[in-house]
Amino acid sequence: MTVASKKRLVVKGGTVVNPGSVAAADVLIVDGVVTEVGPGLDGDEVLDAAGCHVSSGFVDLHTHLREPGREEAETIETGSRAAAIGGYTAVVAMPNTDPAQDSVMVVEFVREQGRRAGLVDVHPAGCITVGRAGAALAPYAALAGAGVRLFTDDGNGVQDPLLMRRALEYARDLGVTLAQHCEVARLTEGAVMHEGSCCSNMGVPGWPSVAEELMLHRDIELVRLTGAPMHFLHLSTAGSVELVRRAKADGLPVTAEVAPHHLALDHDLLAGWDPVFKVNPPLRTREDIAALKAGIADGTIDAVATDHAPHAAHTKELPLDQAPPGMLGLETALGVLVTAVNPDPRRLCELMSWNPARIAGISDTHGRPVAPGEPANIAVWNAAEVWTVSRDALASRSTNTPYHGMELRGRNIHTIHNGRTVVKNGKALA
Amino acid sequence: MKHLLTTVGLDAAAIAGLLDVADHMSEINSRQVPKVPALRGRTVASVFFEDSTRTRLSFETAAKRLSADTMTFSVSTSSVNKGESLRDTIETLSAMGVDAFVVRHKSSGVPAAVTQWTDAAVINAGDGWHQHPTQALLDAFTITRSFGDGNSMSGRRVAIIGDIKHSRVARSNMDVFVKLGAEVTVVAPSTLLPPGGLPAGVLSAHGIDDVVGSCDVLYMLRMQRERMDSALVPELGEYSARFGLDAARAARLPAHALVMHPGPMNRGVEMLVDPSTLPGSRILAQVTNGVAVRMAVLFTILGGAATGLSQGDA
Repeated sequence: MTVASKKRLVVKGGTVVNPGSVAAADVLIVDGVVTEVGPGLDGDEVLDAAGCHVSSGFVDLHTHLREPGREEAETIETGSRAAAIGGYTAVVAMPNTDPAQDSVMVVEFVREQGRRAGLVDVHPAGCITVGRAGAALAPYAALAGAGVRLFTDDGNGVQDPLLMRRALEYARDLGVTLAQHCEVARLTEGAVMHEGSCCSNMGVPGWPSVAEELMLHRDIELVRLTGAPMHFLHLSTAGSVELVRRAKADGLPVTAEVAPHHLALDHDLLAGWDPVFKVNPPLRTREDIAALKAGIADGTIDAVATDHAPHAAHTKELPLDQAPPGMLGLETALGVLVTAVNPDPRRLCELMSWNPARIAGISDTHGRPVAPGEPANIAVWNAAEVWTVSRDALASRSTNTPYHGMELRGRNIHTIHNGRTVVKNGKALA
Repeated sequence: MKHLLTTVGLDAAAIAGLLDVADHMSEINSRQVPKVPALRGRTVASVFFEDSTRTRLSFETAAKRLSADTMTFSVSTSSVNKGESLRDTIETLSAMGVDAFVVRHKSSGVPAAVTQWTDAAVINAGDGWHQHPTQALLDAFTITRSFGDGNSMSGRRVAIIGDIKHSRVARSNMDVFVKLGAEVTVVAPSTLLPPGGLPAGVLSAHGIDDVVGSCDVLYMLRMQRERMDSALVPELGEYSARFGLDAARAARLPAHALVMHPGPMNRGVEMLVDPSTLPGSRILAQVTNGVAVRMAVLFTILGGAATGLSQGDA
C-alpha cells in the first residue's frame, strides 16, 4: 500500500452544499479527488465539520498579491495563506504588479510562485494594455497560451473607447474575458472618497458615482456592439447595479462583482480621517449599499470578490489624500458577506465559488460540485460562528483591514486544496 | 478643550467663551508692554508643512505674548525633504518636549492625524480645504466687536464671496457664523461650491450684485489663479466681473457694512478697489484680532488656571 498517496481524508459531520442539494453528509477524499459523499465515512485524517457547511472552495476574482514589486506589502506566499484561511482554493492575481503581468514571463513567475507556496491555485490575470498604460494592446494570444483567461488593467480603467473596442473584438476570438475597472479618470483626478456630503464637509476631492457609471455604460454598449463577454470589477453604485440589470435583461454577456466592503461600510467612516477606509472605488452611501444588496438578491451581481489590497503600514500613515487606496479582504470576506447580507448557503456558494470559477475560466477544477470524481478543492465554513477581527492576527503581511475590532458572523474553518488540508480549525498548516 | 482641530465640535457657548478670553488678550495687547507670564515654561511648536508667513507669525506672536517658548518647523528647511514621514517628524519633535503643536498642512485631516502620534495639544492652523478654525474665530470676533453685538451674530447678513469649494476659511466661517446666528449666503459659481451641498442654514447666490446692497458683512475670499486651469471658471476677467468688489459695488454697500478678507488679497481679481479707501474695511483689524484670538486659544488649551493674565511683564 502506498501509504502517503492513498491517505483517506474525511470531512465529517457537515452539511454539503451543492447546486442541487444542501444535505448532511460526510465527504471522503483520496488522492486529491472526492471519492464518496454520504453518511458514516471514516478515514486516516478526520476534519470535524459539525455545525459547518462543506462546499467547493471559494474563488477570488480580485486579489492583489503585490509580488513581484511590492513584497513589503504582500507576497504570493503570504497572500496565498490569507486566501486559504479565508476558505479560498483559487485566486485571480491582479496584474498591477511591478513589472505588470503583461508578458508570459511575469505571468509564469506568478503562477510558479503560487505553486511553490502550494496553498491555493494562483491564476494570474493579464493586462488589457501593455504596462496598464492604456495605449497598446497586451499580447493576449501569447498570454492565453500561458493559461491566462481574464484580462484587466485593474487600478486603471481603459479610457480610450477605440482601444476598448479593439480589445473586445480581439479577445472574443481567443475565448478570453476582459474585466473592466470602471473609472473615467478625468472625473476622479485627486479623488479621495465618494463625492457627497461627507467629502464636502471634510474638504477633500470627491469621486463621483457618475465616473463609474459612464464607463460601465460605454462598455455595456461596446459589448452590445462586439458580442464579446465582459466582466465588471468592484461595482459600487446604485446606478451601476441598474445598468448591469438592464444589460442582462437585454441578454448581453456581462458579469459583475461587488467587494465585501461595499456591502458593509459607508463613506461616513472617512470622517475620522483614517486611511484604512480609503479604497478605490470608494465607500459609498447607504442607498448604494442597499442597491448592491438588491443586486445580489436578484442575481444582477454574479460574484463577491475581495479586491484584497495590502499596503505597508507606513503608506497608510500618510495624509488621507496621499495614502494609497485599498484594504485587506481575503480573511474577512465570508464573515462580511454573512454579516451584511446573510445569503442562503447555495447563493453564498454561487457568489463566492461557483460563479467566480466560471468567470475566471477555471470551472474545470474549481466551483465544482462536492461529488465523487470531482477535484477536492473544498471549504468548510461555519455561518454561525461569531468572531472578532484583529489586524494583529491576520496571515497577510499587511494590517490594513477596516474591520479591526469588529465582530463578524461566519468564518471559514478548514480548507482543502487539491486534496490536502491546508487550513485546519482556522490555522494554516504551511 | 484638548485640541482645536475643527470648529465643528464647538458650540455657540464654547465659541463665546473663547471670544471673551480674546477680549482679555486684546486688552493685554494694548498695554505698553504687551506680555504676560501665563504660559511661561510651555513650549509651542509651529509645524508648517505649507508656507504661510502670516499665520505662523500670528501664532508665534501670540505664544510669545503669553511667554511660551516657541519652536518653528518649516518644511523647506527640514528633514521632510529627506523623506522623513509626518509621523516621524511629529514623534521626533514631541520627544523634545512640546506642549502644543500648531499645524498647517496642504492635506485635509493632517492635524487630526497628528493627534495619534503625540500627547501634546494640536491646533489646526489650516489643513487643505478642510478647516481654519482660528480664522473663523478671529473673524467672528472682528464682526461681533465691530457691531457691539456681544457674542452674537443674530440677524447679521454675511455674504462670503469666492471659491467656497476649495476654501478652509469658508468651511470654518460658515460653521461658526451659522452657530452664532448669522444669515450666511455664499456667492460663487456652482463650479466653486462644494458638490455635496452646503451646510444646513447656508444660502447661495451666483453674483456679488445679489448681495452687495443688503449685507452687513461682505467677506471676500482669495481667488487662486490655478482654478483657471481646471475649467472651474473661464477666465479671471469674467470672475472679476461677476464676483469682484469694485468701486461701484462698494458704493452700494450699506453704510454700516464691513468688508473683510482673510488675506493674502489678489488685487485686481477679487479686490478691484483699494480696501483702505473703504470705511467698512476690517482687513487689518482681522490681522490684529488674529493675535488676540490665537492667544485666547493657546491660553484656553494650555493655560489651566487663569493665572498671570493681569500681571505685567514676565
